[in-house]
Amino acid sequence: MTAVTAGTTGTTGAPGVSDTAVAATQAAYEAVFDAAVAADERIEPRDWMPEAYRASLVRQIAQHAHSEIIGMQPEANWITRAPSLRRKAILMAKVQDEAGHGLYLYSAAETLGTSRDELLDKLHSGRQKYSSIFNYPTLTWADVGAIGWLVDGAAITNQVPLCRCSYGPYARAMVRVCKEESFHQRQGYEALLALSNGTEAQHAMAQDAVDRWWWPSLMMFGPPDDESTHTAQAMAWKIKRHTNDELRQRFVDIAVPQAEALGLTLPDPDLRWNEERGHYDFGPIDWTEFWDVLKGNGPCNDQRLSRRRQAHEDGAWVREAAAAYAEKHTGKHGEAQA
Amino acid sequence: MSTPDTRETAGPGVETSAITAAALALGDDALVLSHRLGEWAGSAPVLEEEVALANIALDLLGQARILLSLVGDEDELAYLREERSFRNAQLVEQPNGDFAHTIARQLYFSTYQHLLYGQLAAGDGPFAGLAAKAVKEVAYHQDHAEHWTLRLGDGTPESHDRMQRACDTLWRYTGELFQPVDGLDLDHTAMESAWLDSVTAVLTKATLTVPTGPRTGAWAAGAGRQGLHTESFGRMLAEMQHLHRSHPGATW
Repeated sequence: MTAVTAGTTGTTGAPGVSDTAVAATQAAYEAVFDAAVAADERIEPRDWMPEAYRASLVRQIAQHAHSEIIGMQPEANWITRAPSLRRKAILMAKVQDEAGHGLYLYSAAETLGTSRDELLDKLHSGRQKYSSIFNYPTLTWADVGAIGWLVDGAAITNQVPLCRCSYGPYARAMVRVCKEESFHQRQGYEALLALSNGTEAQHAMAQDAVDRWWWPSLMMFGPPDDESTHTAQAMAWKIKRHTNDELRQRFVDIAVPQAEALGLTLPDPDLRWNEERGHYDFGPIDWTEFWDVLKGNGPCNDQRLSRRRQAHEDGAWVREAAAAYAEKHTGKHGEAQA
Repeated sequence: MSTPDTRETAGPGVETSAITAAALALGDDALVLSHRLGEWAGSAPVLEEEVALANIALDLLGQARILLSLVGDEDELAYLREERSFRNAQLVEQPNGDFAHTIARQLYFSTYQHLLYGQLAAGDGPFAGLAAKAVKEVAYHQDHAEHWTLRLGDGTPESHDRMQRACDTLWRYTGELFQPVDGLDLDHTAMESAWLDSVTAVLTKATLTVPTGPRTGAWAAGAGRQGLHTESFGRMLAEMQHLHRSHPGATW
């Protein structure tokens, strides 16, 4: 969309312009924005957009970026213990990709006028969330496989529609993220397959991991549609394309045959094909657990956030040095990265 | 473990046992440093460094896998050898410490590795092909370490002090890098003098003092190539090998 370019995030008129004129201009901007969204055009950073749209995007992109960098922790937990050099290389590359995704997403948020430092402050002070899934621990090597297969599988189901999100920089970042996520999902599936077909102890390790990660993965799609506060508006703005329950069902339908192929069971006695609906039925989700983990009571909430804050604090002198060096040698602040 | 099988990869007239020794020395250096860098994942001072450190770790792991595979099964060699059978230099096993220690270790090692692979790539020995590819990767590692040495040395008073301490602490491990290794026909004297010139130039530009402690002799460190390592190395191996050793014969 390029028809109306506001240039800045402000929408108030210049000094001397009457309130009526401002209101008329505002209405004109809104009409252009609404038409662009309706026509499935992309909104770009310099285009005018409603403040609520901007805020909603910042919230969602920030939460996504935070999830990428907090999500590095449970998997990094196994880099130094990976059981073969091939698995170690794959896992390191995956955790590195997550850092890269964090970078693209913080950059996408920057196009909305919010700096990475500002967002990190909000993460560190608990004012912004990250995906609750990362508040569960990775107890065995098989958890690395289960995260790849289920958690990344759920993430892809959520994220593929975001490649068509109405906000251009977010949609474009998601195209790249999704390509890498599909590699992550395949490596997880393949790691679990090796375990499932391995020794008895390896098979048991794989089954235990799937038992622990299945339900939290279903919760990754967020609360049921009738309890989701953001869904309706996000769909109207075409930030979001499907509801939480639709995406959850899509994920279950894909995962069940994959579990069968893996030779592993899913921990839900109510899981069965419903001919009439053309979907798998599944048992009730324990939403008490979901809200509890979201509130900070999950097994690793404190640990994840403390570790993140610690890394940030430990790195403060490094970032200060880079800024001081850049200032001395270029006269400009902040151009310190190699 | 017993001496690994030696595959017929050496060129004509080259002793395969010497090739094995050389591949283990170079492969273990890369394997161990890659592992140490992997310990940073999730704790780097800035997001860009998560990507950069992982990149270097992945390059080194790739080199290690090629080198170890020249002399045996890469996983048997990585996971089933005891501490005294590893042939890496002691420098690469040194704990990460703060970011300055990690950078000083990388500066010292990458500068050496770049010279080493440069020489190997120019020759026609069994490592020439690997070295030709690796020298390009290592050029980036060295560049990365040099830039951070400049930023930390010439950044704030705190970063200057930390970087100076790191350079001083690790200095004693650098002499070992230039001891002759069986199977590597290199001009070690020329390499060492080029290394000293390069490191001196970077440290000086970074307003740091070139350390004056011993690099060789009785009071310097360095017998990793003979299988003598430092205390923290056993713990590193315990962590690295534990899962693999807990499931004998399993495939992953």
